[in-house]
Amino acid sequence: MNVLRRRPEWVLIPLVFVVVVGAWEALTRLLEVPVYVVPPPSLVLHVLIAGLGSGSYLGHAVYTLGEALGGFGVAAIGGIGMGMLIASSPLLERTLYPYLVAIQTTPKIAIAPLFIMWFGFGITSKVLVAALVAFFPILVNVIAGLKSTDAQRIELMRSVRATRWQTFRMVRLPSALPMIFAGLNVGIVFSLLGAIVGEFVGSRNGLGNQVMQMNANLDAAGVFSVLVVLSAIGITLHLLMQAAQRRILFWHESTQKQQ
Amino acid sequence: MTGGATIRAHEAPSAGQAAPAVQIEGLEKSYASHRGEAIRALGPLSFSVPDGGFLTIVGPSGCGKSTVLRLLSGLIERTAGTMRVRGQEVDATQGDIGFVFQSPTLLPWKTAMENVLLPADVLRLDRAASRSRARMLLDLVGLGDFAERYPRELSGGMQQRVSIARALIHDPSILLMDEPFGALDAMTRETMSVELLRIWQRSRKTVLFVTHSIPEAVFLGTHILVLTPRPGRIADFIEPGLPADRTLDVMSTPAFGEIVKRIRHHFQVKGGME
Repeated sequence: MNVLRRRPEWVLIPLVFVVVVGAWEALTRLLEVPVYVVPPPSLVLHVLIAGLGSGSYLGHAVYTLGEALGGFGVAAIGGIGMGMLIASSPLLERTLYPYLVAIQTTPKIAIAPLFIMWFGFGITSKVLVAALVAFFPILVNVIAGLKSTDAQRIELMRSVRATRWQTFRMVRLPSALPMIFAGLNVGIVFSLLGAIVGEFVGSRNGLGNQVMQMNANLDAAGVFSVLVVLSAIGITLHLLMQAAQRRILFWHESTQKQQ
Repeated sequence: MTGGATIRAHEAPSAGQAAPAVQIEGLEKSYASHRGEAIRALGPLSFSVPDGGFLTIVGPSGCGKSTVLRLLSGLIERTAGTMRVRGQEVDATQGDIGFVFQSPTLLPWKTAMENVLLPADVLRLDRAASRSRARMLLDLVGLGDFAERYPRELSGGMQQRVSIARALIHDPSILLMDEPFGALDAMTRETMSVELLRIWQRSRKTVLFVTHSIPEAVFLGTHILVLTPRPGRIADFIEPGLPADRTLDVMSTPAFGEIVKRIRHHFQVKGGME
């Protein structure tokens, strides 16, 4: 009982789930809501188990995950590389800044149809949509992180006559890691979003493609069951990022408060 | 109590001495205001510190006492004047300095040992030799058992000790300390003063130590440079001549009190310390 007094949320979190799902189940039955509008959770679970059992969800999930991770990889390498380049040259930053703002404020999802047209219905177009969406939050955070190094740390390096490269490698880059991770955390969620939207626009495989097909067949329970799979993938990716962050940023406040 | 701003601290060097560790001549620093006119922040300033001496620089806030250290280390550029290190004219101390800042400025992802080794890494000194020297320095500052701890596991006083060890790792001849105990509580501060005296006596470095605490300046310095309010010029230059093996008890002696009074007088004349 002592644990419950210290961590009451361990009871409250499952309780919220039970109450919400129970109310949902009761309301759909009491009000006789048609299953093609809002299906009861029990039906969603039934469809989910069937989908997982037949193996069809697994294949589509792997396909979508591949697109998202591929896009995230491209965005992370590109965002960190370009961020370092821009942060190292004030002139380059001032020159590119208006363009970055313009691109940042444009809904990049709108470019997805073009990518399908250019790169076809295969995996390449989806990887590129995911990369495009994930790239900018990573880039912006890398630049902000590299520019916000504590001035005293820079002076410390100057007092021992460190070269620019030494200061970058030993102080500026590690100092920027918390911000870079903040960007990567947003980026990995965005890359999944990009992959799904890419599939909506045009694809033959993947969970987004499944959602479109089920929607066309008025299979609301199917759509909800795919949403459950997508949210499981999203949570897993988020937890993996957090685990990596906790290992690499063991020294930073952000990893100590979350216990 | 004569002299005031016109005292030139190095005017009467005793004959036959070797070149002073640091010799400053007509040093000046001005900034451009946003209207474009030059505002003098410091100087002109002339003084020298003998090899192995401990110069404390005391003055009201904003008088530019930290600027002296920053000019000497090359963190900022001087407007006029010359600086000599061991008789050689220099633009900056060419890495032959250790700098201790008011905040410890340790890198949180490195252990105490790795933090001490930072200047050695920058200067590409021999790894094994530096490690054994770092171990010796951590022992010297009383942190031999804390080499593998991270900064967040250390108290403020311990962090500042690590930063002192770091400033000594590349064996510089001059140690520049910019209010290093300013952020510590009064008790820790007194302990650290005694510790620093011991470390200085063992390492035989030339120390330039900036502080706004008059008792700290008198307790630590073999030479005390008293600056006027902005733009900082020399108000007084004192050699207290306290016994080398002094402890905190020296603070209650009449001789100590006299010097403190003499320094305080300069600030009262100019309208208060802070």
